[in-house]
Amino acid sequence: MTRVSERAVEATMLEERAERNSIGFWLYLMTDCILFASLFAVYAILHVNTFGGPGPKELFHPGGVLAETLLLLASSYACGLAVLRARAGERAKAIFWLVVCFALGASFLTLEIGEFAELIAEGNSFTRSGFLSAFFTLVATHGMHITIGLIWIAVMVAQLMLKGLTPHTARRLTLFSLFWHFLDVVWIFIFSTVYLMGVA
Amino acid sequence: MSLHELVLGKLTWSAIPWGDLMTLGAGVSVVVIAIAVCIFITIKKRWKWLFTEWLGSLDPKKIGIMYIIIALIMLLRGFADALMIRAQQALSVGDMHGIVSTDTFQQVFSAHGSIMIFFVAMGLVFGLLNLIVPLQIGARDVAFPTLNSISFWLFAAGMGLINLSLLVGEFSPAGWLAYPPLSELQYSPGVGVDYWIWSLQIAGVGSLLSGINFIVTILTMRRKGMTLFKMPIFTWSALGSMSLVALAFPILTATLFMLSLDRMLGMHFFTSGAGGNPMMYINLIWAWGHPEVYILVLPAFGIFSEIVPVFSRKKLFGYTSMVWAIIAITLLSFTVWLHHFFTMGSGANVNAFFGIMTGVIAIPTGVKLFNWIFTMVRGRVKFTTPMLWFLGFVVLFTVGGFAGVILSVPAADFQLHNSLFLVAHFHTMIVAGVLFGFFAGLTYWFPKFAGFKLNEKLGTYAFLCWLFGFLTAFVPLYILGFLGATRRLDHYDSSLGWQGLFIVAGVGVLILGLGVIFQILQLIVSYLQRNQTRDLTGDPWDARTLEWATSSPPAHYNFASLEEVTTRDAFWETKQKGAPEPRYEDIVLPKNSYVGLFVAGFAFMAGFGFIWHIIWMIALGLLGVIVSVIVRSFADDTEYTIKAATVKKLEEARAARLEEYA
Repeated sequence: MTRVSERAVEATMLEERAERNSIGFWLYLMTDCILFASLFAVYAILHVNTFGGPGPKELFHPGGVLAETLLLLASSYACGLAVLRARAGERAKAIFWLVVCFALGASFLTLEIGEFAELIAEGNSFTRSGFLSAFFTLVATHGMHITIGLIWIAVMVAQLMLKGLTPHTARRLTLFSLFWHFLDVVWIFIFSTVYLMGVA
Repeated sequence: MSLHELVLGKLTWSAIPWGDLMTLGAGVSVVVIAIAVCIFITIKKRWKWLFTEWLGSLDPKKIGIMYIIIALIMLLRGFADALMIRAQQALSVGDMHGIVSTDTFQQVFSAHGSIMIFFVAMGLVFGLLNLIVPLQIGARDVAFPTLNSISFWLFAAGMGLINLSLLVGEFSPAGWLAYPPLSELQYSPGVGVDYWIWSLQIAGVGSLLSGINFIVTILTMRRKGMTLFKMPIFTWSALGSMSLVALAFPILTATLFMLSLDRMLGMHFFTSGAGGNPMMYINLIWAWGHPEVYILVLPAFGIFSEIVPVFSRKKLFGYTSMVWAIIAITLLSFTVWLHHFFTMGSGANVNAFFGIMTGVIAIPTGVKLFNWIFTMVRGRVKFTTPMLWFLGFVVLFTVGGFAGVILSVPAADFQLHNSLFLVAHFHTMIVAGVLFGFFAGLTYWFPKFAGFKLNEKLGTYAFLCWLFGFLTAFVPLYILGFLGATRRLDHYDSSLGWQGLFIVAGVGVLILGLGVIFQILQLIVSYLQRNQTRDLTGDPWDARTLEWATSSPPAHYNFASLEEVTTRDAFWETKQKGAPEPRYEDIVLPKNSYVGLFVAGFAFMAGFGFIWHIIWMIALGLLGVIVSVIVRSFADDTEYTIKAATVKKLEEARAARLEEYA
């Protein structure tokens, strides 16, 4: 009898913690949102300050960026599937979808770095003008977040393999999916305000 | 890139300020004191104790005390800077050129502002929140204890960096908010601004994490039955303040990040050429900076809201209006930032809007003042030192507030901006508002954590010195501001006739120094007399809120048994009705963790690398931070349980002690 009640107490404690963690993580995401909002505001002001250099219209190619967008959206889909598989208790499948998510995210990052390298090689680096400083910083800050997300996936895969699907790892997976979807939303804003409005 | 640049970046022997004896002396004395402390600990064989009981502890009570120790030490440092500023301005007139060079003077006033705001005021806020909030909401811990320790150590790392600038390199000459284009590489080529950026950035990330931590703590960990509108006002003010931290600090992080990109990678965010926009920095930094003022002052309001009812022996007048005033101030604080730069060309209509909003924010503040005063009316007021600090605060804060309302009128601001009138105004708000508030709070809550009261007599002397010292130091500045003296003057002409007033202000700071000496004496004397003033009941003031319901100092689990709360002033209610039979249960608490020390140590390393452009150090530091967090995420065994039977035994021992006393 006491065993059962002890377990019940432990279950409520875990539940309370899960709730606390998710509120905390949501709050963190909101603070991150404000960080991005500051960078967006700065971009909105500086995007006309090309200092005689090329502006958005000359530099951006929506085709490549569309590919990046699709990769990121697909990786979010994979992330969602990983969460669903984890909830169903299928560890191997969850790991598989996480690996897919990682691969898609890494491809996104590769394309982005390629775009940056091309711009720099053409002499349009972040030191060229206020506009380019704001552009590089905004997009690269998102890229840094993606990089952290990739490290997170790697750690999570390791933990799933070593520890299995515990309440702990499952909770982390849920938080990760929040993070990854949040980065998607930020990217959609970058895609539409920086790239689409830039070439329009 | 030469080998030297690869290994040491910009760092050379000339980084040590050989020629500047005053800075060098200060730096060397910091090192000497540090070595002396280390030797003392080694002789006493206290290293292990230091690490297990303090540095690795995740107990918010201990973290809070460490915050406050750092803040008080930094208060001495900032105060030394203040003495130098006053001495310089009193003596640097006509043919005399004061005590320090212009260069050093710029660093001194920049350091004074940065240290007082970021490492004194913020340290006191987070220290007191750590100490009081969990207890006041009847909880045993904060929501994320490990994160809390990381936040604290990041704060400590930032403090370390800002003090390192005394000995290695220089500090920022660009003022406490480092306006560009002056703070850009072109005009400030030294590492001073980088020290400023990275010490604030590292401490700021810690503050942000702490903000999230306390919001979650307050929202999810309140004692059963304590609804939001039964929460003590100090906790409400903490919630307001921490919401502002969460909303405003990301802007600071982004802004400092962009300034450092300008300086390090040659970007053009805030440069005056190449498409940069310095005005954008001014907007961003004040979009953080104005809420920051309320981040500091809201908890001080909260402290007074606890003290006044207790020492007036009445419940707080107008609880609900107090809460709404906090909420209103929290929201309004984001609508006034432009009043910091009315003269920078926003146009009449924009200025008018921000001027009116600034006037409006004085209304909820006025509501609070009246509520405190009405709480005292028909109460049986006991003039203890916390109450003295309150009375000093009420008068000075009102005066300073009126000066603020004057400044909120754009037309008047055009005359008064950048003058000593402004300096006097914001010192009235920060010293008489924030600092008096925290002195009151520290005196009030001291017995809870030390187990004995502070000496009242020496406390009164300290208060009187602070009150009259403050008036002597800052009334001349209001006058000098009207006479046209601008801030940050390192020299002025003797024909202006300002020197007399500057000397009076200097005397004022000496009186304040006497106050500081009384406070140090107060600590020593109170410690020596602790056996006469011991607080055995846990409730030395006959107070009203839950933190007094447990022993002084509280057990590491805070409360043995978690009774439901039914009213505001929950502890007062219990005292009237009698406490129910305690129900003991197993208590789960976090074990020690050194991850905070590692994260902050590596962050310090990365910060130093960023300042001196040492690439391997940056890489190693950042990698170290990431690896420390990953290693921690693999830890399973992070908690320990105290069995109900053990709790019962501890509590009965305490009850026996109490009976002995009675």
